[in-house]
Amino acid sequence: MASNKKYWQSVEELKGSSIVETLRNNEFVEEIPTDEFLGDKETLEGSSTSRRDFLKYVGFTTAAASLAACEGPVRKSIPYVVQPNDIVVGVADWYATTMANGFDFANVLVKTREGRPIQIMPNKEANGETNARVQASVLSLYDDKLRLKEPTKGGAVVTWADADKEIIAKLEQLSTANESVVLLTGTLASPSTEKVIADFVAKYPNVKHVTYDAISESGTLDAFEAMYGKRALPNYNFGNAEVIASVGADFLGDWQGGFEKSYSEGRQANSGKMSYHVQLESNMSLTGANADKRVVVKPSDQVFALINLYNAVTGGNLPSKETPADAQVKKLAQDLKKAGSKGVVVTGLNDKNAQLIALAINKALNSEIIDVANPVYTRQGNDSEVAQLVVDMKAGKVAGLVTYNVNPVYSLANAADFAEGVKKLKLSVALSTQNDDTSAATQYALPAPHFLESWGDVMVEEGKYGLVQPTIQPLFNTRQLQDVLLKWSGSTVNYYDTLKEFWSTNVLGGSSWNQALHDGFFTKEVVVEEKLMNEVDVNAAAAALVSATKASQYELNLFSSTALGDGKQANNPWLQELPDPITRASWDNYLTVSMADAKELGFENPVKDNGAIDGNYANVTVNGVTINNIPVIIQPGQAKGSFGLALGYGRKHGMKEEMQVGVNAYPFYKDGNNVQYNVTIEKAAGWHKFACMQVQSTLAGRHDILREASLKEVNDKSLDPKHTWNKPFMVSYDHQETEGSKIDLWDDHDRTIGHHFNLSIDLTSCTGCGACVIACHAENNVPVVGKDEVRVGRDMAWLRIDRYYSSRVEDKQHEEGVAMTMEQFKAENPGIANQDIERKYTEKVLGLSKGDLFDALENPAENPEVTFQPMMCQHCNHAPCETVCPVAATSHGRQGQNQMAYNRCVGTRYCANNCPYRVRRFNWFNYADNNEFDFNMNNEYGKMALNPDVVVRSRGVMEKCSMCIQMTQATILKAKREGRAVRKDEFHTACSQACSNGSMVFGDINSEDTVAELKEDKRAFYVLDYIGTKPNVVYQVKVKNTNEA
Amino acid sequence: MKSVKHHSKLTQRLLQSFVFLLVLSLSFSAHSQDVDEARQKEGKKLFKSLCASCHKLNKKLVGPALGGVEEKRTNEWLKAWIRDNAALRASGDKDAIAIYEEYKQSNMTAFPQLNDKQIDDILYYTTVGEIGKVADPNQTLSTTPKDAAPKWLIYILAAAIVVAFLIIGSLLKTISELKGAPKTPGLMGQASELWQGIKQNTFLHVLTVIFGALIAAYVLFGTLFKVGVDEGYQPIQPIAFSHKIHAGDNKIDCQYCHSAAKHSKHSGIPSVNVCMNCHKNISEVADDTKVVMDDHTLTKKDLDKEIAKIYEAAGWDAEKLEYTGNTKPVKWVRVHNLPDFAYFNHSQHVTVGGIKCQKCHGPVEEMEEVYQYSPLTMGWCIDCHKETKVDLKGNEYYAKIHEELAKKYGVDQVTIAQLGGKECGKCHY
Repeated sequence: MASNKKYWQSVEELKGSSIVETLRNNEFVEEIPTDEFLGDKETLEGSSTSRRDFLKYVGFTTAAASLAACEGPVRKSIPYVVQPNDIVVGVADWYATTMANGFDFANVLVKTREGRPIQIMPNKEANGETNARVQASVLSLYDDKLRLKEPTKGGAVVTWADADKEIIAKLEQLSTANESVVLLTGTLASPSTEKVIADFVAKYPNVKHVTYDAISESGTLDAFEAMYGKRALPNYNFGNAEVIASVGADFLGDWQGGFEKSYSEGRQANSGKMSYHVQLESNMSLTGANADKRVVVKPSDQVFALINLYNAVTGGNLPSKETPADAQVKKLAQDLKKAGSKGVVVTGLNDKNAQLIALAINKALNSEIIDVANPVYTRQGNDSEVAQLVVDMKAGKVAGLVTYNVNPVYSLANAADFAEGVKKLKLSVALSTQNDDTSAATQYALPAPHFLESWGDVMVEEGKYGLVQPTIQPLFNTRQLQDVLLKWSGSTVNYYDTLKEFWSTNVLGGSSWNQALHDGFFTKEVVVEEKLMNEVDVNAAAAALVSATKASQYELNLFSSTALGDGKQANNPWLQELPDPITRASWDNYLTVSMADAKELGFENPVKDNGAIDGNYANVTVNGVTINNIPVIIQPGQAKGSFGLALGYGRKHGMKEEMQVGVNAYPFYKDGNNVQYNVTIEKAAGWHKFACMQVQSTLAGRHDILREASLKEVNDKSLDPKHTWNKPFMVSYDHQETEGSKIDLWDDHDRTIGHHFNLSIDLTSCTGCGACVIACHAENNVPVVGKDEVRVGRDMAWLRIDRYYSSRVEDKQHEEGVAMTMEQFKAENPGIANQDIERKYTEKVLGLSKGDLFDALENPAENPEVTFQPMMCQHCNHAPCETVCPVAATSHGRQGQNQMAYNRCVGTRYCANNCPYRVRRFNWFNYADNNEFDFNMNNEYGKMALNPDVVVRSRGVMEKCSMCIQMTQATILKAKREGRAVRKDEFHTACSQACSNGSMVFGDINSEDTVAELKEDKRAFYVLDYIGTKPNVVYQVKVKNTNEA
Repeated sequence: MKSVKHHSKLTQRLLQSFVFLLVLSLSFSAHSQDVDEARQKEGKKLFKSLCASCHKLNKKLVGPALGGVEEKRTNEWLKAWIRDNAALRASGDKDAIAIYEEYKQSNMTAFPQLNDKQIDDILYYTTVGEIGKVADPNQTLSTTPKDAAPKWLIYILAAAIVVAFLIIGSLLKTISELKGAPKTPGLMGQASELWQGIKQNTFLHVLTVIFGALIAAYVLFGTLFKVGVDEGYQPIQPIAFSHKIHAGDNKIDCQYCHSAAKHSKHSGIPSVNVCMNCHKNISEVADDTKVVMDDHTLTKKDLDKEIAKIYEAAGWDAEKLEYTGNTKPVKWVRVHNLPDFAYFNHSQHVTVGGIKCQKCHGPVEEMEEVYQYSPLTMGWCIDCHKETKVDLKGNEYYAKIHEELAKKYGVDQVTIAQLGGKECGKCHY
């Protein structure tokens, strides 16, 4: 049927516009400038190359190129000329040494391959523990960007000999004129170095040694000195504690060096006893996240709470003020008194008077937990001396300055004054590993070796010595502090001989030097003297403290972040990419703001459509110093009226552009005080792009992911865990209630023959420190992808530590106090398993429908409980990823490992889509040898840290945790070579080896390994067990001691 | 750089026999003088056991070269020196002291146990030197190329015979036609008819296309599968090192040099100091040594230069007999290149498995120039893992697992594959 209807495409067409006419005839309205790329017609015709020829040539060259590519490259193999006796090519050597960089101190084992250190692990024989920074320090060794390579004078390279000559002449000149020279170092804690320095001072009596810690513990040192006559830090044996009260002390983080290991020792849920830990703090710290009870107290109130605690414990009457936490403080005092000598109080306030009060409480409790006889020497900085130095320098009273591995131009609050003072010096020398702000400001910049290239010794605590030995030939033209000082003192012996001599006379007492060097540590019996106690006027201390505390509307609590610490290793890409355990943000520091303040001040963290969060900027002013554009993160659990800000970021000089992230908070760090009052804040324009590895806050009611119980429940023998606090997935089978894991659609394989590897992770002792994450990076050549890629969820971490806040469910239906609480609901319904309580309560009591329920559960509570969950490939025996791979690139090994053959993978990413745990990582790019990812894998030095036993993956393939199959295979091979069975607990993965507090246990369940028992433990559970994936990673229920002692 | 072709066995053998004959004739001409062989032999035996660690006939080693020493010193002096050189020096003999000083005061061992005859034999040996080996005439015969007719020759001959038959046939036909026989369609005529038929048959067309496609696919597949398989890869090395001389003729154990093989994933290329363990004393090859490389033959002159390369690398001054410290590592060309994504461990195979090196590396002891003997493909690995039974050797590691697996599979001895040696993750991580 013909139609006369006419359709117009536009009104213009109806009108019969000329444009439409043109368009109809001509596809392109404007003429395409074909001549421009074709050239003019004549040359085109004149050319003998026809289009056909051109295609022929293209075809030929392509074919030729691809054929040529078929030939492999010629590879050279260059053996040693004289092979060192202890090196067998391809076999790792381990050396025991000690890390001491002024901030992190640790007894470590260093894995070297062909003379290159590639990994650092805790020296467990020496009771060593490593945090993320210690683990990552091996990469800082190969930092060819930031490290000083040659001695320079005013920026021009000079020889060591010339530098020595000039500096010695200058030193002698200053000595004759008796002008003051200062040697400024960080905490060395090295007895032999102190001897070298003493000799140096003997030669040049005008030299004064000043110790400067970027992050100060001066208050504690002063307090301890006042009370016990020794400038040191008290030691704590948290393992024996029954009640731990911490007022703002992040002792699982960096407070006084960290006490993670001994803390975990006292919190072994299976032993039936756990310490009861109460944390009063303003920032959400790692310690607060692990506490049994966390009380939110803003910094000024912490001071009063501490005094109130003293009053409550001792019955004293020190001047103080009321705080909102007084009820809890009173309760805490009772608990402490009950615990008596097993109780301990610590405070993170870097103030002599506050520390005196804490010491006084411990004294009053007669605490055995605090050890004042064997004090710790890992912080020795003296703030008043440093302050005096800056004043003197500015006044021109100091003529010479030699700095060693400190960066005051960056890390002093009054850095500008310091820099000005440096200009007035007659002699300024920076001996430094890094080409930092300070070495750029001084006349001479002399390169010092990394600790992995040096000799040395450390005395961490009284009688506990560690030896430092080089594990690699110096990479650059460096010379260590002690050798420099010996040289300048006119000595002809080198430091190694001096050290050996010092040890044989002062330390070893006839024991073997070689043995001590092999072990990396030496324990000397020390006679504990009865301490002469100085009576301290607590009243005066409290009065001074109260008067110094100027409570204000907003207060700032500065802290050191887990990743960067004091900022010494800011140019380390592993650490930059390590997400903060609490906020899960990487590549940044930021102002943490409480939910209430954020609402008032109008700060937001919107989730963008790429799954990342943005944040507002704030301009913050403290005591007249303003830092603009600090990004803001809203932190659940942050005390109202307080902000948190991490030190150590915002370094610029000598840093790679990618690492110049964050803001430098040191200008706020006045007098080394981590608490600053009188803070004003205003919202600034613009949005900051955060790179968070995890955006969601809570479990949203899905407690199949993570189970928690109280110590009381775990200890209660009458409770059947399988029906109460650790209820597995149940199904009805043959009309019987049966455990889901017992039912199977598939015929199961026989897994009882040979090794079967399992990894057990105890969520109770896991503090979330992140050491395992870095160990995994180092062991498995995991690439760093940079901030932008992390932001869009393309991070490559094989092992991550998920953080979950507890939810806040608002009861909108009932008046306050009308509806029953969750605790009441739980008590009334003993049949409901722990993991279902929250959901059932919300549904039954609060009457929320399914949709509203999950919505409500997604919001974190104002002061949430926090749980950490290390998450990596679960190596499911029924792996969903394996069945969907079209090319069988991922398959299951008989030893329980889910194997990934990279060379077989074609990159469909089906496996990642089908993985319920989101642990598979796709190589969107080549991360090695790619200028777009200019990190450690893109330069010759950084590549030296790669593990030669693990392949560097290329673009387009999937990767994931392999359960360190290279390590299990190596252990098996070692046993085979030695013709023996594998020993008990001989198997390890990088993460289990790095875990200092024994939270991760790896082994063979078909043997007598510890993990075989843990797998059957009453606390054992599997993540998302209802899916039936049957993982080989088993978790242990998180236990909190809510019993209130 | 990359040369993958084998030496032709024929040319190799021809060259060898030629060289052999040349040497033979030379050696005959060289040994016209009379030599007391028994004395020479006795002397040589003593020299090798007592003197050779420090002396050579024609070269300085730790001590001076001893060739023709009888011409320089009197017999009495030599005897006195050999028996107790210290006493001789003590007696104030100027010559003795001079030698002692010249050789950096290194003490020569005294040999008081030697009698006059023995010393005379040694000295006789130093005077007459080596006697060339007298060739066995039978051996000469056996090396002549008697079974050398290569296969291609046979093909050419066969082709020639066929061509000849065709020519003869056509000639005969032409002759018979010329004689007046009726013209038959002939072979060609029949063939063209047949060709017409074939050209019109669609079924045959289809068949041909399918056949052609299959062949093309087969060839393409085969070619592509060879990409990156470097079987026979025989790069030119910076030093013309002959495994045949070292591992074959001198029977040096593979693991003397490749000592890492039993401990490590790598077999290890020996460092130059390992070479120097022997070559400190061996600065030249025996006179008649020949190394036949790909396209050239190295004679003593060339080979001595190759040894000199080791000295250069090790920084050894062959004149002064001391290390200069000026070293230069040897840049060997790697023959066996596994891709990074494949993990291979020598110690697993050598120490645990007890596999002979030759199983994968071929007859290295016969190779003048090393080449890649095995394809090193995954299929090649897997084939071996499937067939090879686990060598238990009383290894306690295997005791339990083997017993259980043997029961499970119902076999006496399980294969590597049954033990899990076929899993991806065992080699790819």
